[in-house]
Amino acid sequence: MVKNIIDVRNLSKSFETSSKEPSLKGTIKHFFRRKTKSLKVIKNISFEIKEGEIVGFLGANGAGKTTILKMLCGLIYPSEGRIVVSGYLPYKRKNNFLKNITLIMGQKQQLIWDLPPIESFYLNASIYELDKFEAKKRIKKLSDMLEIHDELFIPVRKLSLGQRMKSELLAALIHEPNILFLDEPTLGLDINAQRNLRKFLQKYNEETNATICMTSHYMKDITSLCKRVICVHNGSISYDGDLDLLIKKLSPIKEILIVCRSEEDATKIENSVFTVKNKIKNEITIEVENASIASSLKTILNNFNIEDLFINEPPVDEIIGKILIKKDYEI
Amino acid sequence: MRFNLINHKIFTLLKVQYSNMLEYRVEIALWAISGIIPFFMLNIWTNNNLNESISISEVMLSRYFLCAFFVRQFSVVWVAFSFEEDSLMGKVSPYLIQPLNPFFRYFAQHIAEQITRFPFALIIAFFFFIFNPESIWIPNFDILFLSILSTFLSFLIQFLIQSIIACLCFWTEKASSIERLLFIPTLFLSGLLAPVVSFPNYVKSWIYLTPFPYLIDFPANLLSGNETNISGGFGMQILWLLLLFPLFKKIWSEGTKKYTAMGS
Repeated sequence: MVKNIIDVRNLSKSFETSSKEPSLKGTIKHFFRRKTKSLKVIKNISFEIKEGEIVGFLGANGAGKTTILKMLCGLIYPSEGRIVVSGYLPYKRKNNFLKNITLIMGQKQQLIWDLPPIESFYLNASIYELDKFEAKKRIKKLSDMLEIHDELFIPVRKLSLGQRMKSELLAALIHEPNILFLDEPTLGLDINAQRNLRKFLQKYNEETNATICMTSHYMKDITSLCKRVICVHNGSISYDGDLDLLIKKLSPIKEILIVCRSEEDATKIENSVFTVKNKIKNEITIEVENASIASSLKTILNNFNIEDLFINEPPVDEIIGKILIKKDYEI
Repeated sequence: MRFNLINHKIFTLLKVQYSNMLEYRVEIALWAISGIIPFFMLNIWTNNNLNESISISEVMLSRYFLCAFFVRQFSVVWVAFSFEEDSLMGKVSPYLIQPLNPFFRYFAQHIAEQITRFPFALIIAFFFFIFNPESIWIPNFDILFLSILSTFLSFLIQFLIQSIIACLCFWTEKASSIERLLFIPTLFLSGLLAPVVSFPNYVKSWIYLTPFPYLIDFPANLLSGNETNISGGFGMQILWLLLLFPLFKKIWSEGTKKYTAMGS
């Protein structure tokens, strides 16, 4: 049986914030008497993550995903509740715990800006107490996996964003952590770089059985890597479970794109019983419930003069977009 | 084995930070030049024969200010500013989840910077001796060793004071403004503008209870060969370190609980 590597119970986090009214009067008032209030950004959440799992945290901006990751890796203290990661209380930041984890934040860098990445790699290797031989071996292995070689010897400031991100990954993984916390790892990367990074993470997970917790606003990251998602809404968990199941549940329809022989034929379909999503000249897209796909196709083929036909799933982005704005999903 | 790995860690940390500092060699040269305040002060003192009031010869005074310049070069600390910037930009976060206190990085940066500064400081000293040949002297080995040690202890005191201030970033974003408050007493009471011996007696008795005279005045007097209480000076330096270190540890441990990982 696979053991739980992350165990979170009734976790909450509050931050003190101050608010200021606009205008000069508000500014002066704010200067003399600052109004502060406690804002509960994470509200009593509980979940478990098994060793080797890849879990995606979904939620709108400010929902609390990053705060959860920061608490899991020990960067910030929880206000209430209990977190155990790999047998440790993360906020105590014991060296043995820190040697087991890594946190990668898109666009935030730990590489030394004016030096080639290789210098930062050796520095990190020494911080994690790897000897030179072991460090060299791991740099070679990871650079092969990430397909970066010459770039290791060019100052970081001269690297492209994609090359920098790969180098950041290498620096963050040199100690071969068991648990990876990734906060928007593909932020700002082009499509090819995003794809390569996903491939790398998949491979790393397969080869090392590392547990990966990630947030991303690029749905492709989530759909191609995460079997399980935890949806966060206003600091609470609105859904925790299988991504495919969620998509099926939330998307009980399919879209059929029909290419008619003429615009009149498309108009005939538009005026029939189907729910039309859009119509452009002789092309019309209708929405059909999953259960009635066969009968709808039969009706279309028998009654209308069509040239071609495509059945599509609605875009995952649209479905997940719905998740971000709703509170509860019961499956 | 573990000892070797720790040595390797320290060596790599210094090596990488030194490589980084070499990227800023022009900046560091300018910083070294900007530290010539003691020479201006020497000029003011000698032109106005102020040395006579404190019974120090002109030669000894010029040696004192040269040594003050050297001590300052190797005890300059800016960790409060670096930490504040890194904290606001979210750069501290990755360091906090590594098995090494981030202040070791800053410490290594300072040491690396001092190594980079060294040749520039020597060049400035060379020019100083060209214009003041009567001030040339060679301190004996014991004095040189003790002076280096006291300069290092002065650096440690300043590093700890600024690290404590830097930790206040966990409560207030602009902790460096507190450092600026300390700048004035450091400037006047450390011996950078005038040897502490020149202060009135009742003021001196108070000044010697603060850490300031042990930052510049004590090591500079030691190196220049002026009369100074060696054991008392070292005793006070060690006492201040013993007071400051636990305070730093306490503030660090309380501060990290307050950390909100701003900017990341």
